[in-house]
Amino acid sequence: MKISVASGKGGTGKTTFAVNFSLFLNNIKKNKIVLVDLDVEEPDCHIFLRAINSNRKKCFREIPKVNEKCNLCGKCAEICEFNAIAVANTEVIIFPDLCHSCYACIELCPQEAFNIENIEMGEIHWGIITSNNFYFVEGKLKIGEVMAVPMIKQTKNFSIEKFGENSYFIFDSPPGTSCPVIEATKDSDFVVLVTESTPFGLYDLKLAVETMQKLRKKFGVVINKAGIGNQEVYHYCKDEKIPILGEIPYSRGIAELYSQGRDIISIPFIKESFRKIEEKIINLV
Amino acid sequence: MKELVIISGKGGTGKTSFAASFAYLAGENAVLADYDVDASDLHILLEPKIKKTYQFYGGKKANIIREKCIGCGKCQEICRFDAVKNVDDKFEINKIDCEGCGYCYRICPVDAIKFEDNLSGKWYISKTRRNSTLVFAKLGIAEENSGKLVSKIKEVAHNLANENNKDLLISDGAPGIGCPVIASLSNANYVLIVTEPSLSGFHDLKRILELVKHFGYSAGCIINKYDINENITKEIEIFSHNNELEIIGKIPYSDSFPKSLVLKQTVVEYDKLDIGKTVERCWSKLQTKL
Ligand code: SF4
Ligand code: SF4
Ligand code: SF4
Ligand code: SF4
Repeated sequence: MKISVASGKGGTGKTTFAVNFSLFLNNIKKNKIVLVDLDVEEPDCHIFLRAINSNRKKCFREIPKVNEKCNLCGKCAEICEFNAIAVANTEVIIFPDLCHSCYACIELCPQEAFNIENIEMGEIHWGIITSNNFYFVEGKLKIGEVMAVPMIKQTKNFSIEKFGENSYFIFDSPPGTSCPVIEATKDSDFVVLVTESTPFGLYDLKLAVETMQKLRKKFGVVINKAGIGNQEVYHYCKDEKIPILGEIPYSRGIAELYSQGRDIISIPFIKESFRKIEEKIINLV
Repeated sequence: MKELVIISGKGGTGKTSFAASFAYLAGENAVLADYDVDASDLHILLEPKIKKTYQFYGGKKANIIREKCIGCGKCQEICRFDAVKNVDDKFEINKIDCEGCGYCYRICPVDAIKFEDNLSGKWYISKTRRNSTLVFAKLGIAEENSGKLVSKIKEVAHNLANENNKDLLISDGAPGIGCPVIASLSNANYVLIVTEPSLSGFHDLKRILELVKHFGYSAGCIINKYDINENITKEIEIFSHNNELEIIGKIPYSDSFPKSLVLKQTVVEYDKLDIGKTVERCWSKLQTKL
């Protein structure tokens, strides 16, 4: 089972839900639970977990590097759609930040004048959480590194290879509606969209819903901080026939636990709410 | 003209509420810009009237003309993004997966691939109820190039401010620490980071400040909901002191934020006495930085 947790925007409680739902599943499931933090620009899940045996692995992406066979014909600069190559009088200049690793320049250069260079884009960290069948993986992009998608892809593939298809994966996705969130959700069985019942929440939820519809994903909504806003999100879900999986109420107590990096599943009504959410997901997949 | 860019690293710290409040307080004197093109929210509070709409073409996408395709499969072989699918021995490109590298279109033996500019979003020039100009955008679903769209909005907002002799641009920055936020920051005169005293908030603050320093901007911060965890607030204060990050203000946890939001008002309009006054003090202090 692969479940992605997403939201149109950051700050809706996506990470809170992903972490606590994983902790909850760990108590009721026999499968390995693997929480994968794919918000690679700013992974936050680890703050709420006490992971042990933390392992590390460096991640690289491939960019072209010119060798001595180059005759400065200029074809590569013409080919590159991302302006990652400039051919000057005496040398070919590559801008690694702009390169999407499409290989067009490498394979179309008439002189075969390119080698491939690996540049470090970030690290994957993984470890076991204090109790024995719960694992945690996080992808972390280096500061100043802008290519999130390859980092997400490698982190996701690494997790699936390492822990096997039979594990229960929770992918904490990056915010937004563009490529990173698509990479993070596209091979999941189900997507949980976390939102708040405020005008901001509703606006962002609509964008997230459109994205999931475009990807043809099964999805449902969890309303966080229920009680602060108005009824608009509920009406919208009803009108659009979007299943509401459950709610996490608005409370200063939860905000305080969150600020200390503590979990909330010991709160009985949260546990009950998660039980129902899990049940609904199973029925919808 | 000076530009104030408000960022938070991560969402949910109340950044947009502050941006909207400052925009309200500055009134006609400022031009406003929303760089969160993925999910722009500032316009929800400011409810502007849209004056002009523009199309944004960012990058290109490939598309196979089915009648021309001879099914050789070369395009599928070379596409590094798995965007080409075989459908009944003819090939199709999944627009969502296509990165727009143009490789397939260059190697198709029968020129069956069109490679065209892709409409990836729209941007708007609008007028708020305070009679200030707001520039914002909507990136299409599943579209990339948000960094380029941010730069476009920035250019337009700067030009509008200069043409109309406004001395201030207040911008709601993009979230994260990637390309869009880097584009948001370019040429900023002052960066305001909105943070909250949680372990994750503090962690995000450190990361975003690293980026801000990397590019050499001067910055200050607002600690929102400071009383939710006074220990971390203290730590943030010490951290700020050691890293030349001035504390512009500390705002207590308050229901006025969600309540004003539901009424689509800024917090300075909704709560004129308590929180509103505190936010106004932040604004006075910020003005001395610009
Ligand atoms: S296409 Fe090849 S030979 Fe021509 S400039 Fe580029 S690297 Fe050099
Ligand atoms: S691999 Fe693609 S994106 Fe990178 S430099 Fe070559 S053509 Fe440009
Ligand atoms: S390379 Fe051209 S002809 Fe060959 S499968 Fe692709 S589109 Fe069809
Ligand atoms: S343009 Fe590039 S990414 Fe798009 S289908 Fe062609 S080869 Fe694949």
